Amino acid sequence: MGVVTGIVQEFQFGMNWSDYSRFVGDIFGAPLAIEALVAFFLESTFIGLWIFGWDRLPKRLHLAAIWAAAIGTNLSAYFILAANSFMQNPVGYRVNPTTGRAELTDFFAVLTNKVALITFPHTLSGAFLVAGSLIVSVGLWHLIRNRGSADTDAYRFATKFGSWVVLVSAAAVLFTGDIQGKIMTEVQPMKMAAAEGLYTTESPASFSVLTVGSLDGSREVFALKIPYLLSFLGTGDPNGTVQGINDLQAQYAAQYGAGSYTPIIPVTYWSFRFMIALGLAAAAIALIVLWTQRKGRTPSSRWLLRAGLVMPLLPLLANSFGWIFTEMGRQPWIVFGEMLTRNGVSRSVSLTEVLTSFTAFTLIYATLAVVEFKLLVRYAKAGVPDLTPQPADDDTDDAERPLAFAY
Amino acid sequence: MELTTVWFLLVAVLFTGYFILEGFDFGVGMLLPVLGRDDRERRVLINTIGPVWDGNEVWLITAGGAMFAAFPEWYATLFSGFYLPLLLILLALIARGVAFEYRHKRPEASWKRRWDQAIFFGSLLPAILWGVAFANILRGVPLDADHEYVGGLLDLLHPYALLGGVTTLGLFLTHGAVFLALKTTGDIRARAGALAVKLGAGTAVVAVAFLTWTLSIRSSAAAVVLAVSAALALLGGVAAARVRREGWAFTGTAVAIGLAVATLFAALFPNVLPSTLDAAGTLTASNAASTPYTLKIMTWVAVVFTPIVLAYQGWTYWVFRKRIGVANIPQH
Repeated sequence: MGVVTGIVQEFQFGMNWSDYSRFVGDIFGAPLAIEALVAFFLESTFIGLWIFGWDRLPKRLHLAAIWAAAIGTNLSAYFILAANSFMQNPVGYRVNPTTGRAELTDFFAVLTNKVALITFPHTLSGAFLVAGSLIVSVGLWHLIRNRGSADTDAYRFATKFGSWVVLVSAAAVLFTGDIQGKIMTEVQPMKMAAAEGLYTTESPASFSVLTVGSLDGSREVFALKIPYLLSFLGTGDPNGTVQGINDLQAQYAAQYGAGSYTPIIPVTYWSFRFMIALGLAAAAIALIVLWTQRKGRTPSSRWLLRAGLVMPLLPLLANSFGWIFTEMGRQPWIVFGEMLTRNGVSRSVSLTEVLTSFTAFTLIYATLAVVEFKLLVRYAKAGVPDLTPQPADDDTDDAERPLAFAY
Repeated sequence: MELTTVWFLLVAVLFTGYFILEGFDFGVGMLLPVLGRDDRERRVLINTIGPVWDGNEVWLITAGGAMFAAFPEWYATLFSGFYLPLLLILLALIARGVAFEYRHKRPEASWKRRWDQAIFFGSLLPAILWGVAFANILRGVPLDADHEYVGGLLDLLHPYALLGGVTTLGLFLTHGAVFLALKTTGDIRARAGALAVKLGAGTAVVAVAFLTWTLSIRSSAAAVVLAVSAALALLGGVAAARVRREGWAFTGTAVAIGLAVATLFAALFPNVLPSTLDAAGTLTASNAASTPYTLKIMTWVAVVFTPIVLAYQGWTYWVFRKRIGVANIPQH
């Protein structure tokens, strides 16, 4: 699944965003190519060795194979995030006045972009949040529904271990997210203002927990605010100045020419909140799961069972909202301050073609999501597989022996 | 040698590697309904490529990435211009990739049949479309002075391109059959070998026609030598398959595919995407290239990591070198 969706990701820049690719290719192509050469080969080759290599490799080497795949996965995340971070905070480049193209001047600066350095641990923690939640969900279901099962110990361990993974990664998400917020306030102040729906510059600025108002910000119907918090989150100083949308819009219009430089505020405002709330909800469930198992107790609440079932979806959606927020918050830019999204599209591709591919991918991904979900449920329900080693059958010679794993 | 030439060669090498490697696993996918008479036989076929198809496909991602990094204009024009064929290739690769993973996850025959179809069509479509795409790259496409593709879908479907599609289809089928003869035991091995000879003979005719047509469109001394060698390698491979020298047969088809792809790139150089309209629209290895600084960094990365990748991928093939047969397929 990773390889085939990875190809789509790489092809789409050229297919849908060819003018963007022309503009940034000198910089943006390098991390993608390196990702493929350094990370994807490692991942895909060693995952194959791990899956099929049980009876072909010495045990230590077999174990090393999954580590190589995991290292590949992490490297892959780093390079693709370094590429994305260039779009958020372009560094290490100059725009060639003759060609009008961005050119790489400092590759090290691109790889050590401060947005990349903080987005990497933030994204990884988010991924662990999903993985931990899935383990809790499966373990908890068996613990409550199959009371007294012979595998209770395994399920108990799974729920506890998964919960700790969730809690530790939730802490890491919050910690890295906080630093990310400060960097964002500095390099993409409009995104921070849009996350908060902060229209006028404030010092100190209060954090809006929930605001319902008219979309242009002229009128608040209902607001719940925590004073000083936004200043603190954005700048580290409770009295720090956080710039507002209207001031930034005026500043950008003066700098880049007339036009709107404001993202769609309801999208950024709500996706930012959903991201935080859903992630915290997963952490809260993990806490309750650990509490209900204190001193060897076994949870039995039907409500907890239901919460456990939706638990993996929470961080999955939180991660999705995080991406929607960061990409929508960058709008109208495709490369912040350098290229507008509308100038990055493929001029030779018609609307019909784009709609065709959009529909096709939506259908195929939706179908696969349903299939994948049903398979996950099926295998989760089946519980712990029987891994008792088969007695070695010395009568069969090696050529006749069944493979340890086969498709 | 200029860095742009180095990168032209590297992109050519990456696509060559991709077609040699994924060529046989496309072939295996297409031969699934032909050589796999029952579920156990089909599982034998799928498991010959089970551990490696994933790594083979990364050659495509790397080729695409290298094109993007080294020749952004080529990448941008080609990928947006070939929008619908590439869309079909992507959908096919997704369907086939997940099919390998999902097929064995449920026991029902209807479930397996559905994924077998995904493997078959998911292999067939790219096997044809890659030939169509590369024939178009060689022949040239309508590009305006801004290097922007101005043709439609039908401009990509002309007799030469379709012959290119049939050529890659035939080459990958033959290559797949030879690979199966090399990697299986018993009855499947015999049937795959016999089929390889028939497929190879037919493919040789088509491939010679395609390469001759190619050289009549654009040519160079190197391209002629490569084309002739490709044809000889294919014939050698088929002859080896006839006398059941499967290792040599596989070497023959692998070299034939490699040389056929090399022929296209050699004929193309120094162009990377010729324009059939305005000569100013033609993309070349120099006007499509990144800056020397980017190319230099990428060269270092390639010099360090390519040998490592080749070493561990080669080792994987060594680890899974054993032939498999129906007796090796576990019950579950």
